[in-house]
Amino acid sequence: MLLKITNLHASIKGKEILKGIDLEVNKGEIHAIMGPNGTGKSTLASVIAGKDEFEVTEGEILYNAKNLMTLSVEERAREGIFLGFQYPVEIPGVSMTNFMRTAVNEIRKYRGLDPLSAGEFLKMMEEKKKLVEITSNLTNRSVNEGFSGGEKKRNEIFQMAMLEPTLAILDETDSGLDIDALRVVANGVNKLRTPENAFVVITHYQRLLEYIIPDFVHVLFEGRIVKSGGKELALELEEKGYDWIKQQH
Amino acid sequence: MGSDSNNFISEYTSGEYKYGFHTEIDTEFAPIGLTEETIRYISARKNEPEFMLGYRLKAYRHWLTLKMPTWAHLEIPPIDFQDIIYYAAPKRKPELSSLDEVDPELLETFNKLGISLDEQKKLAGVAVDAVVDSVSVKTTFSETLSKYGIIFCSFSEAVQKHPDLVKQYMGSVVPYTDNFFAALNSAVFSDGSFCYIPKDVRCPIELSTYFRINAANTGQFERTLIVADEGAYVSYMEGCTAPQRDENQLHAAVVEIVALKDAEVKYSTVQNWYPGDKEGRGGIFNFVTKRGICKGSNAKISWTQVETGSAITWKYPSCILLGDNSVGEFYSVAVTNNHQQADTGSKMLHVGRNTRSTIISKGISAGKSNNSYRGLVRISKNAVNSRNYSQCDSLLLGDKCGAHTFPYIQTENKSSIVEHEATTSKISEDQLFYCQQRGIDTENAVGLIVNGYAKEVLKKLPMEFAVEAQKLLSISLEGSVG
Ligand SMILES: Nc1ncnc2c1ncn2[C@@H]1O[C@H](COP(=O)(O)OP(=O)(O)O)[C@@H](O)[C@H]1O
Ligand SMILES: [Mg+2]
Repeated sequence: MLLKITNLHASIKGKEILKGIDLEVNKGEIHAIMGPNGTGKSTLASVIAGKDEFEVTEGEILYNAKNLMTLSVEERAREGIFLGFQYPVEIPGVSMTNFMRTAVNEIRKYRGLDPLSAGEFLKMMEEKKKLVEITSNLTNRSVNEGFSGGEKKRNEIFQMAMLEPTLAILDETDSGLDIDALRVVANGVNKLRTPENAFVVITHYQRLLEYIIPDFVHVLFEGRIVKSGGKELALELEEKGYDWIKQQH
Repeated sequence: MGSDSNNFISEYTSGEYKYGFHTEIDTEFAPIGLTEETIRYISARKNEPEFMLGYRLKAYRHWLTLKMPTWAHLEIPPIDFQDIIYYAAPKRKPELSSLDEVDPELLETFNKLGISLDEQKKLAGVAVDAVVDSVSVKTTFSETLSKYGIIFCSFSEAVQKHPDLVKQYMGSVVPYTDNFFAALNSAVFSDGSFCYIPKDVRCPIELSTYFRINAANTGQFERTLIVADEGAYVSYMEGCTAPQRDENQLHAAVVEIVALKDAEVKYSTVQNWYPGDKEGRGGIFNFVTKRGICKGSNAKISWTQVETGSAITWKYPSCILLGDNSVGEFYSVAVTNNHQQADTGSKMLHVGRNTRSTIISKGISAGKSNNSYRGLVRISKNAVNSRNYSQCDSLLLGDKCGAHTFPYIQTENKSSIVEHEATTSKISEDQLFYCQQRGIDTENAVGLIVNGYAKEVLKKLPMEFAVEAQKLLSISLEGSVG
C-alpha cells in the first residue's frame, strides 16, 4: 500500500478542519476527491505534504509504510510526494529553469544520484515539455510570475512531469481551465500514469473525470469522507448536486 | 545558481564565515596610535615625494578638527583612534618582478580565498591587484595592459612612477575636507589601486583589486583612483575579506573615479568583510567614501555593489554628473544578518544638462540586523531636462530586523523629473512551502528567493563576480529562516 491515512484529525488556529479521515491508495490507482468548497480538500492535501500551519491532532499517515509525521516537507517531496497547488505562488526573479534544476538535483541527491549536468537537464526539460504539450516558453520566465490561471496550472503539470512523483496530489488543477487546457492536464496525468505511481485528483466538478478515469471517487464533506465508490459516484454527484450530500448529513 | 549553489551551501552548512582564517606572515607595523609621527613614518616607509607628505599632514590637521558623524541610522560603539595600528605590511623584498618573490604563505592565503595570483592559471581576462593589510603585494597582467597604455598598479607604485597623474586627480573628487573618514584616510592611507585608461582605449580585460585584512589591531585605509580619459572604457571589480576576530577592525577607504568626455567606468564591489559572530562580537567597521565624477559630456559611471559583510557599513557610492548628457547609476544589494548594521545608498548630483541617473537598491535584512537606504538626488538649477529614477526595495526575513528608507530629493528646476518608488516585503510562508514541496530545503529556498529578488542588481555584475555574489547571498543568510 502506498498511502494509508487512518482517523486523521487536523486543525488550524485551534479550529478542527479534518475530523477523522480514512483513505487508502495503492500504486497504480487514481482516486478522485470531490466535495463542496470549504470542506477540507486543500487542507487534506496540505497535511499530506506537511504544511506546518496545520496541526495533526489525531490519527496517522503512512506512506510506503513510513510515518509521514516524522518527515519534513522537503523530505516528503524527495520521497516522491508531489502536490499540484490550487493556487501556485509567484517567485519573482527565479527562473523556472533554475527552480526546476535545483529541485531535480536536490531530489537526486537524496536518492544518492549525481546531479544532472546543464545539458542533461535541458534535454530532460525539453522532453517533459513535449510530453505535457507545453509549447510556450514558460521555462524562461520566473516561477509563475505573470502567468495566467491556465498557465499556472499547466506549469504544475509540467513540474509533476519533471519530478516523476510516486504519489501526485492535484488540487483543483482543473478549476478555471478551458477545455483545451483541461485536456492538457488530463493527458499529462494519463501519460505519466504507471503501475508504480498513484494520483489523488481533487476536483470540484465531474468534468475532469471524463478525461481522467478514476478507480475510486470519495466525497469529502465537513472534514470527513462521507461516501466512497467507483467512477459512477462522480456522475451521481453531478446529477444530484452537493445538496444531496448535505441533506444526508 | 542552482545546483552549484546547492553544493556550495552543503559544503558550508555550518554557516560560518568562510574566510575567517588568519595567516602567519612576517609583518612590520607602525607604532600604535595616530600622530604626525605616524604619518611621517608611513610616508617614509613608502618613500613618498614631498607633495604626498604635505597632503597627508594637511588632511591630518583637518581631521583633528572633525568629529565622527552621527547622522547615520547606526549604533557605532566609541572608536579609540589611538588604539589602532595604521600601517602593517607583509615583510618582503621591496620590488616584486615575479611571483616567486611573493611570500609563499601569502600566495597560500590567496589560494584559500579562491584568488589565483598566478597569471598562467588565472581566469582569462581578469587582472588582479592584491592588497593585504596596508600593502599591495602583487599586480597581475600589468605588462599586458601596458601595451594599451593602460596603467594598472598599486597606488604606491603610481605615486612613484606617475606622480603627475596622482597629483592631478587625487582628492579632486573626494577632497580630504569631505568628511571625517575621508580626512582620516587622506592622512594615513597605505595602499590601494591606481588605474588610468588612455584616450579612446577600451580596457580589454576586467580589472580587479582584492583587499584582505590579515594583521590584528590594524585598520585598513586603502585608496583607489580610477581615471578614464576621453572615450575610454573600463570595468573594475573589488572584493574583500578579513579574518575572524573578536575585536572590531576599522576599514576606511576612499575611492575616486574620474570619467572624462565620452568615457565609461563600471565599478563593481562584492564586500564580504568579516561581519562579526552571531552575538555581534567583532567584525569590520566599513566606513567608505566612494565617489565618481562625470567630468565631460556623455560620460557614464556605474556603481554595482553587493554588500554582505562588515559589522557596520557606512557607504554611499555617488556620482557628480557635471558633463551634459552624463549618466550615473547605482545598483545595490545590501544584506544584513544577525547584528549587522548597514546605512548605505547613493548620491546623484545633477549639474549638467540632460543628465540621467538610476538608483536600484535592494535591502535584505534578517536576524536582529538593521538595514537602511539613504539616498540623495539633487538636481541643480542648470541641470535642465534631467531625470532620476530611484527604486528602493526592502525584504525582511523574520520580525526582529529593521529596514528603513531615507530618500532626500532636491530639485531646483522644473524641466527635470525625479521618480522614487519604495516597497517592503517579506518572504512568504507560501513561497517557502512551494519550494520545499518541490524538494528544496529552507536554506536553499531562501537562497533562491533572495537571489531572485536581487536579480536586477546581480545581472549588472561581471560574470566572474555574479556567481560568487549569488553564493555569498545564500550563505550570508543561512540560518535566518525556519
Ligand atoms: N490558513 C487558514 N487559516 C484559517 N482557516 C483556514 C486556513 N486554510 C483553510 N482554512 C479553513 O479550513 C476550511 C477548509 O478549507 P479548504 O481545505 O481550503 O477547503 P476546500 O479545499 O475543500 O475548499 C475552510 O473553512 C477554511 O476557511
Ligand atoms: Mg481547495
